[in-house]
Amino acid sequence: MLRIRRFEEEGIRQFNGGKIPGPFHSSVGQEAAIVGACLALRYDDTVTGTHRSHGHPIGKGAHLNALMAELMGKEDGICKGRGGSMHLADRSVGIISESAIVGGGIPIATGCAFGAKVRRIDQVTLCFFGDGAVNQGTFHESLNMASLWKLPVIYVCENNGFAITTSVAQSHGQPDIALRAAGYGMPGVTVDGQDVSAVYTTTAEAVTRARAGDGPTLVVANTYRFDEHDFRLVIPGEPYRSIEDVEAHKRDRDPILLYRTRLIEEGVNDQSLRAIEYEVAKAVKQAAEFALSSPMPRPETLPDYMFNSPLPGHCGPAAGQHRIDRHANC
Amino acid sequence: MQTADNKPAMTRLTYLEALVQAQIEEMERDERVVLMGEDILVFGGDTVVQRFGNNRIWNMPISEGSFTGLAIGAAINGLRPVLDLTTASFIYLASDQIINQASKLRYMTGGQIDIPIVFRCCMHSVGAKAAQHADRPYPFFMNVPGLKIISPTTAADIKGLMKSAIRDGDPVLVFEDPRLWPLKGDVPTDPDHLIPIGKADVKREGNDVTLVAIAGAIRPTMEAVNALAEESISVEVIDPRTLKPLDHETIKSSVAKTGRLVVVENGHRVCNVGAEIAAVMAEEAFDLLKRPILRVCAPDIHVPFSPALEKDFFATKERIITAVLRLL
Ligand SMILES: Cc1ncc(C[n+]2csc(CCOP(=O)(O)OP(=O)(O)O)c2C)c(N)n1
Ligand SMILES: [Mg+2]
Repeated sequence: MLRIRRFEEEGIRQFNGGKIPGPFHSSVGQEAAIVGACLALRYDDTVTGTHRSHGHPIGKGAHLNALMAELMGKEDGICKGRGGSMHLADRSVGIISESAIVGGGIPIATGCAFGAKVRRIDQVTLCFFGDGAVNQGTFHESLNMASLWKLPVIYVCENNGFAITTSVAQSHGQPDIALRAAGYGMPGVTVDGQDVSAVYTTTAEAVTRARAGDGPTLVVANTYRFDEHDFRLVIPGEPYRSIEDVEAHKRDRDPILLYRTRLIEEGVNDQSLRAIEYEVAKAVKQAAEFALSSPMPRPETLPDYMFNSPLPGHCGPAAGQHRIDRHANC
Repeated sequence: MQTADNKPAMTRLTYLEALVQAQIEEMERDERVVLMGEDILVFGGDTVVQRFGNNRIWNMPISEGSFTGLAIGAAINGLRPVLDLTTASFIYLASDQIINQASKLRYMTGGQIDIPIVFRCCMHSVGAKAAQHADRPYPFFMNVPGLKIISPTTAADIKGLMKSAIRDGDPVLVFEDPRLWPLKGDVPTDPDHLIPIGKADVKREGNDVTLVAIAGAIRPTMEAVNALAEESISVEVIDPRTLKPLDHETIKSSVAKTGRLVVVENGHRVCNVGAEIAAVMAEEAFDLLKRPILRVCAPDIHVPFSPALEKDFFATKERIITAVLRLL
């Protein structure tokens, strides 16, 4: 959780310093929902996420260097500067996609689980999406198929109450999102998304069910985003949520503070927590240095990574054909 | 597989039989290949189930948007799905996943994932289907980087290209014209008979005019060419077979010989393949042209229901002959 928090804080510093182009959707406030869910997974399980993508790979154990370099559009970025802030997918830890098309990752996760079922392997897929994505057709269609075929998938809704400025109350005919699961014949559970242990326990039960072949679960983790939807976004008019509400959440519902307090109560000594904090700060600093010193991708690499099986006339492949031919389709 | 006289062994099949054979052979060769589609278990799927069991062929609920995404996710996670989108007009529902996910994810992840998947789209354009079942949407997808698009017209070509598509490591769209399904042709029996994606084929050699015929338009094109031959007009017919990447060189070599070019297709007029070929020729082969490029295609009007209106809507033998004569 702390790794996500510090990574985002450093990211925002770099963003304000002009080093990170494009939009920046921070996961600050939502760390427990992400980490609690990821902790329930095995290293070979897969995950799909959303435009709010930074936390997912970190929660699944990704190295920070390539993530920070990607935010800056660098050659050593995890996606070689082709993805950016909304798409921090790190396959090495099982993140296969982060879709900035809201709801677009839900069928992909479902298909990933379908692949595991057909191949008869005991891998599960965890699908992160927001409360806004629940209103997409892909949510409905995918949950139906997952239930029909008892696919090993766990749908985790990071319900931060808002889709940009539109609240759940303003946009959901049934604002209790977990209740929707019943319509597809699967369990739906609501959990306190600021309590990392609770999210872990709930998700772990869902993972056990999925791995046993008993099908999907919808987990709704009620959480709160502390930052603005996206740092570049200027929202005109009256605030869509009160400053007091934001401040109250930061004060009373910070998942990291809540967990730290609990650990101390349970007898973990402050010293060892400080050691973790120091380690995290070091890793984040290193990531920023790595990212800043990484070169920008060279223009002639533009067509790289388009194809697995390159063809004549198509833009060049990764394997050495960097030339852009005047007569090619590029 | 060769016969005694060193020619590849052949068998006579319809286009549809060759297509089905390609799928079955590839399923046999690679257990990652699975078939998916609506009502697919009933329409020919029962034999697949008998042969491969029910883990290799899947009936989809009517959820084009998401079962397309499901197939893409399965491709990312180790399968090689052949997804039958049934009627090409339904591809619009699937298009978000094809364009925003399948075509882009490899690039956007810096090559971390691969999406080996085949989308079958059947262009049931004629037979009073009316506008919502009669589309030929391949031009839309040609404008999307990251997709490969094939449209074979003979039994041997569909078999060889379908196999190449299934073995390819990227998303491939197959646009079939069901009017070609019953046509018979000689098909190599070699299970490794492959036709490379991206290579056009000269279907008829000639000197006076080059006709590029796309997908189902090959039928009226051949009728027109036969009629013109009787008038001693010699037409060269090129079937691109792959729409993306388009084989510029084969078309250019033909135009170098004839100096005259007509593109025949059943796509609507605006921004169709003919428009792309005309642009390519203008850029790369302007000096080779003796006359303007002509297009014979569907008008910028929806496909009508009534047979009286539908009759001359698509490329016809007569319209093709008229175009050729205009260039001479
Ligand atoms: C299909 C689509 N529609 C609209 C948008 C614009 N958009 C980006 S994020 C967002 C809100 C998403 O809300 P939610 O799913 O709750 O995720 P959150 O941002 O709260 O994490 C919207 C509408 C988009 N990216 N994709
Ligand atoms: Mg939200």
